[in-house]
Amino acid sequence: MTPLSSLSELLAALAQGKATAQSLVACAHARAKALQPTLNAFISLAEPEQSAAAARRADQRRAHGVEAPLLGIPIAHKDLFVTTDLPTTAASRMLLGYRSPFDATVVERLAAAGAIAIGKTNLDEFAMGSGNEHSFFGPARNPWDPTRVPGGSSGGSAAAVAAAIVPAATGTDTGGSVRQPAAHCGITGLKPTYGRVSRYGIIAYASSLDQAGLFARSAWDIALLLRQIAGHDPRDSTSVDCPVPDYPAILATLPPPRDRPLVGWRIGIVPSFLAADGVQSDILAALEAARRTYEQLGAAIVECTLPAAELAIPAYYIIAPAEASSNLARYDGVRYGHRTERYDDLFAMYCQSRAEGFGWEVKRRILIGTFVLSHGYYDAYYRKAQQVRRLVTDGYRSALEQCDLLLTPVTATTAWPIGAKANPVEEYLADLFTIGPSLAGLPALAHPIGFDAAGLPIGAQIIGRPFDEARLLAAAHIYQQATDWHRALPPLAHL
Amino acid sequence: MDPRYEAVIGLEIHVQLLTASKIFSAAATRYGAEPNRQVSFVDAALPGTLPVLNREAVTAAIRFGLAVGGKIARSSRFARKHYFYPDLPKGYQISQYDQPIISGGGLTIRTDRGEKRIRLIRAHLEEDAGKSLHEDFHGMSGIDLNRAGTPLLEIVTAPDLSTPTEAALFARALHTLVRWIGICDGNLQEGSFRIDANVSVRPRGETRLGTRREIKNLNSFRFLEQAIAYEIDWQIEALTAGQTIEQATVLFDPHRGETRVMRSKEEAHDYRYFPDPDLLPLIIDEEWIEVERCQLPELPDALRARLIADHALPEADAHLLTSDKGLADFYLAAVACTGVSHAKSCANWLLVEILGRLHKENRSITEAPLTPQQLADLVLRIADGTISSAAGKRLLAAWWSGDPRSVDSLIADLDLAQMRDTALIDRLVAEAIAAHPKAVAEYRAGKEKALNTLVGAVMKASQGKANPQEVRDRLLAALIAEDSSPPLS
Repeated sequence: MTPLSSLSELLAALAQGKATAQSLVACAHARAKALQPTLNAFISLAEPEQSAAAARRADQRRAHGVEAPLLGIPIAHKDLFVTTDLPTTAASRMLLGYRSPFDATVVERLAAAGAIAIGKTNLDEFAMGSGNEHSFFGPARNPWDPTRVPGGSSGGSAAAVAAAIVPAATGTDTGGSVRQPAAHCGITGLKPTYGRVSRYGIIAYASSLDQAGLFARSAWDIALLLRQIAGHDPRDSTSVDCPVPDYPAILATLPPPRDRPLVGWRIGIVPSFLAADGVQSDILAALEAARRTYEQLGAAIVECTLPAAELAIPAYYIIAPAEASSNLARYDGVRYGHRTERYDDLFAMYCQSRAEGFGWEVKRRILIGTFVLSHGYYDAYYRKAQQVRRLVTDGYRSALEQCDLLLTPVTATTAWPIGAKANPVEEYLADLFTIGPSLAGLPALAHPIGFDAAGLPIGAQIIGRPFDEARLLAAAHIYQQATDWHRALPPLAHL
Repeated sequence: MDPRYEAVIGLEIHVQLLTASKIFSAAATRYGAEPNRQVSFVDAALPGTLPVLNREAVTAAIRFGLAVGGKIARSSRFARKHYFYPDLPKGYQISQYDQPIISGGGLTIRTDRGEKRIRLIRAHLEEDAGKSLHEDFHGMSGIDLNRAGTPLLEIVTAPDLSTPTEAALFARALHTLVRWIGICDGNLQEGSFRIDANVSVRPRGETRLGTRREIKNLNSFRFLEQAIAYEIDWQIEALTAGQTIEQATVLFDPHRGETRVMRSKEEAHDYRYFPDPDLLPLIIDEEWIEVERCQLPELPDALRARLIADHALPEADAHLLTSDKGLADFYLAAVACTGVSHAKSCANWLLVEILGRLHKENRSITEAPLTPQQLADLVLRIADGTISSAAGKRLLAAWWSGDPRSVDSLIADLDLAQMRDTALIDRLVAEAIAAHPKAVAEYRAGKEKALNTLVGAVMKASQGKANPQEVRDRLLAALIAEDSSPPLS
């Protein structure tokens, strides 16, 4: 057991008495602090005494025979989940110093499972961005190359897991905010089906798309975590009341890779995606290799079409800003959050507080959203975008009738240098492959499949049918038993 | 009002629903609590909170839909209505827009010229905002979020009303109905029933609608009538002076009795409605509607007809009894004890004596210190001649002051039983005739009223226990007998 071990390795060490929660938490804390100047992965860290006390309690509980699935495991939460123990900022000046009086459901469930949150991770302000560059606290950095972005918006969580600060972290995914940073950082990331995990306590960006997600170093570890956070929550009307399978048990019963466990599975590939403009050649090569691996594991490969897929980006960049402009209306400086010191009347207080509190990307999306919902424009934009969303969804659903899973790239390029994407539209186009499943509400998982010439990680996305996370996890788990990409660690992880 | 013009009036009424908790949170909805004590995280729009629809509010809307014969949407949805104001924590109000829960239906009002059906366009669920308090804060405003998230049913009529009186009649009928079916406490002062009136005028015979102005937030039926009357006159005056009416929202100032502009059309908000992604479409199945249909009480119109037809009550009594559910329930409970043959008597005692006392004490029928059973006992004892009406009033007074004794114990203990000893009455009659020769002489001289003096004397002598009608009969018999006896020589 080393600090670089995965979640399941740490759990085994704890169970065998080879590690204590106190040692794991102290180590995570120390690594977080040591790597903070390089990665800027955290916005806030728990006081060392505070997390040490929690770890001590976890060790005592274990000594008393208490069984909790994640007892004593250090984790981190994207700073978009509200927490009582730590401040919640959404990486915005608007919420500087805000302390929530309640915990998000996901936070509550992981704590109940015994996990210990050591900090809150960096992100794009209010989850709006693809590179974690739009944070009031400065950009988070990629552990594989700290001059590059870790991806976004959940960049800090991805960086913290990739750098082996914590074995697992939460994220949120609206248009790719878990899958894309997972790919850029060489780790495994899951966006569950919309409705699978409660949104209660996640600061809303685009409510019809937001979904809690997970980062870890393997599909197996994600299965352990998903089992804990999935399931209906009466506080979120859009969370779905359907049974949560025992994901780890399902993975445990899969035959080994040599028995070709994927025989009978059909994996769909989308030729038009692979022919899309600007897809980096090493990504195409890595994806081809991953396809062959899946084939060797028994899967049949089928070609699928996604007719309206190219419309996903424009539809997304109408729907998401529209909902964002509404969700962010509550930040008015009246009850909490930033209030300007310079105002003479109510109107000026609103304008100035919001002008000072929000960053440029947030303002841009609020303006776009306000515009597309305005009287006389609703039909041309919002309604049309919803119609496109329906087309995109139908496309994915019918493709998933011809196959069990779709295999696509996560990104068109590997992680870009910080500051390289000066044009917002260029940044928006980076979400080409991840936005479709978001609009369709489908579960999708990103897992590492290789490196580019510069040594930057490449990920593949597998997309499943609604509430079929078990199949995604199973496919990725089988792949990861047959390959080693997910075991690679960036050099700076070896402190 | 200038007879060359006619007014077209439609009302929008916000009815606060009587639910224990708010429409999208578990916070209480009690009126008058300390400011900001009934505010959940959801009501304060804290980051990360989500609305969860309260079933009770939907039930109330279904009951209303059934009561007015409207169409209950099997699927409706919530929308966000955006505007910035400090007492609107989310920056938007959750309301219903293109798919309201109730559409159509109507209510009948009774005007001097007969019955008139007023159509409803729709009724939709929404949340109330908080309150801004502009006094007592030295140049600042106070925000009380207790009301934020209180469920409202916004009821919109067709422009079927033509006069201020009709508008007030409709508002009263609706007010009766929402209390009748138990979805609103109807307290106008506390804002449980708030009326907006859309008023326009046009030359008589014109079919196109004139430009309307909306009078906001009327909280009494009297103000409603006054404000509409003022507005109609103002609009006609403007038109006859050759001006055009600008669409606007106005407020009524009850002290000055006039309306003034709050905002013009140019200042109207762009609410940027869109379906609320946090809430699923509201699906109502047949079974839910049937459950509510079974639990719905007999409605005022139906009961009014039944009281006239089966209880043989005059229309005025039936109308009054069906103006309030509590009153109707009290009446029906009493009649259930007495039988329908005593219906009129029950109605009289209830509408005159009991309502009179309640009115004087500013109490409602549900606070009456008297049970329907007691009213029935009283009516029956008078009917069978055990006691007089006068004694009935004493009985009522005893119960009113909290006397727990039964009707028969009270009659015995207070000695209220009517005198049935004819010989004794005849003796008292004879004594009265002897004691009041002047009255006897006047009566004989043709002054009928002089008889009352004699009746009064007998009643007094009997300590009120004689039956006045019987006394009158015996007196007349005695006076006639005296007449026909041979004169004393």
